[in-house]
Amino acid sequence: MGSQLITAVMVVVGVPAVLIAYIWGTERLISLAPEQWRRRVRPWLWIGPALGFLGFFLVYPTIRTIIRSLYGKSELKPKFVGLDNFRWFFTNADARGALLDNVLWLVFLTLFTVGIGLLVAVLVDRVRYEAWAKSIIFLPLAISMVAAGVIWKFMYDYKPPGVAQTGTLNAAIGTVGLGPIGWLQSPAFRVSTFALIAIMVWMWTGFAMIIISAALKGIDPELLEAARVDGANEWQVFRKVTFPLLGPTLAVVSTTMIITSLKTFDIVYTLTNGNYDTDVIANLMIKQMFTFGDFGRASAVAVVLLLAIVPIMAFNIRQFRAQESVR
Amino acid sequence: MTILAVPEAPSAAEPEPAARRPVRPRRKLVLHLAVVALMIIWVTPTLGLLVSSFRPQSVLSKSGWWTAFAPPYHFTLENYQGVLEQSGIGQAFINSLFIAIPATVIPLFVAAFAAYAFSWMEFWGRDVLFVVVVGLLVVPLQTTLIPVLKAFADWGLTGQFLAVWLAHTGYGLPFAVYLLRNFMGSLPRSVFESASLDGANHVVSFFRIAVPMSVPAFAALAIFQFLFVWNDLLVALIYIGLSNSDNLPMTAAMANLVNSLGGGWYLLGAAAFLSMILPLAVFFGLQRYFVRGIVGGAVKG
Repeated sequence: MGSQLITAVMVVVGVPAVLIAYIWGTERLISLAPEQWRRRVRPWLWIGPALGFLGFFLVYPTIRTIIRSLYGKSELKPKFVGLDNFRWFFTNADARGALLDNVLWLVFLTLFTVGIGLLVAVLVDRVRYEAWAKSIIFLPLAISMVAAGVIWKFMYDYKPPGVAQTGTLNAAIGTVGLGPIGWLQSPAFRVSTFALIAIMVWMWTGFAMIIISAALKGIDPELLEAARVDGANEWQVFRKVTFPLLGPTLAVVSTTMIITSLKTFDIVYTLTNGNYDTDVIANLMIKQMFTFGDFGRASAVAVVLLLAIVPIMAFNIRQFRAQESVR
Repeated sequence: MTILAVPEAPSAAEPEPAARRPVRPRRKLVLHLAVVALMIIWVTPTLGLLVSSFRPQSVLSKSGWWTAFAPPYHFTLENYQGVLEQSGIGQAFINSLFIAIPATVIPLFVAAFAAYAFSWMEFWGRDVLFVVVVGLLVVPLQTTLIPVLKAFADWGLTGQFLAVWLAHTGYGLPFAVYLLRNFMGSLPRSVFESASLDGANHVVSFFRIAVPMSVPAFAALAIFQFLFVWNDLLVALIYIGLSNSDNLPMTAAMANLVNSLGGGWYLLGAAAFLSMILPLAVFFGLQRYFVRGIVGGAVKG
């Protein structure tokens, strides 16, 4: 513990000091060279450390994982198996179940966070306690998914019928004579999956709201006034003016939510670990890695996840380029 | 997460002086009811756990948290004492700090130099390289776990804090470079030009102009990266988890507590709130910067 503290302090002070010394030292060094040469080398010295980290932690491992997905389970003597791992993924019942679950996540998490986020952003724009309302909706985003899982474990708590329900939801539906429901233990109709999605909706609606709200306030009020003067009612103003202007923002928020839903892991791992038909791709991968020790299949699962994200990456880059050309 | 095309948006923490649109009284009532209902729905789960964390173990399993507001009142600090004494959560809290602080500081510096070069230096392949960084924003962590884990194992780094510091630096960089480049790139060109005429080289320009003028962006980024690392489960679980559970952070310790099904469950509420103290403090104290980090340029994941 004492030695850990010393290491941590050394890192916090030492790493920035080394980086600054590196930039300063190399500048002195290249100042000996001719100007033309200096201009060409300097940028690479400055972005070098970043490129090193990006290369080692993102580019290289991604390529290795793609290659590894074509090899078998054994780590000592990996045997080339072609697309066998992918065949397993698309034919195995558990894996397909996880895939279906992720599709549910993608559709409903995106729909609910963006939908409710838009609704809240529009509603709170018209009340005086807007800052308060936003803070409350936004707050869950600051805590960890594990803590959110614990919070909702108490919400979803289930006691057998006839005993006092301690879970908030079962007690609430009990007052109108329904339930109790084992929210996190019900594979039927994927109730448990939807219960997990609800937790993430609770966490991420604030994110969608904040961004949509910022875009909403960027809309020129005169534009809305002009529509009203022309006789449009509030709903028409929203449908024909506000909503189209929010289009690009909604698209961008949706892509973020799609990526979040594809990568879903913490909530599932913490609350059900994939039982009761709640498994998702990311959790399936961790299971293949640590429970079955099959790095070939685990890599294949990761590659499937990556392939699902590639179109979004392309969309992002296009969006970014359009933005840059406006600059 | 992805890029966001939202230019200079006002922060959420600044209240609007008054409602902007005329609303009829009847509608106004419906509006208030809807907003207040949403606020109640959103705050109830957290409030429930907060109340539960102060209730003794004996009543927790017999009655809901809402009964605590009627006599007889049963409130206690036992759960918090229990968490700190027995379940190793106290150590995990310290571990989280050990992990999160260096993992916030290192990427900030690495990204600052790169962002400056991307903004104010001309070089072959600059724009293509930056587009690659933007593309890397969305690469899922999961794709990188196995090869990095193997490399760490070869070097004897698994289970060490150093492993997670380095990993979080790598994973945090695309967002950090992107956010800082957007901010530094929008600083006025004339300032840099006149400094250059006065004989300042890039090192001087960076420390005297770019860094001081980019403080809001650094603050937003630091908060974002800190929360991301503090709240992370996956990276800690993979690179520390199996080989050295003494170094696990709060999130992993709590996940173990949830999964252990056994005796410790009544401690969960207290443990969760301990893990939330710092994020909530950051949230309430620095909400403006946090919001700016999300809205002003980009988001990551």
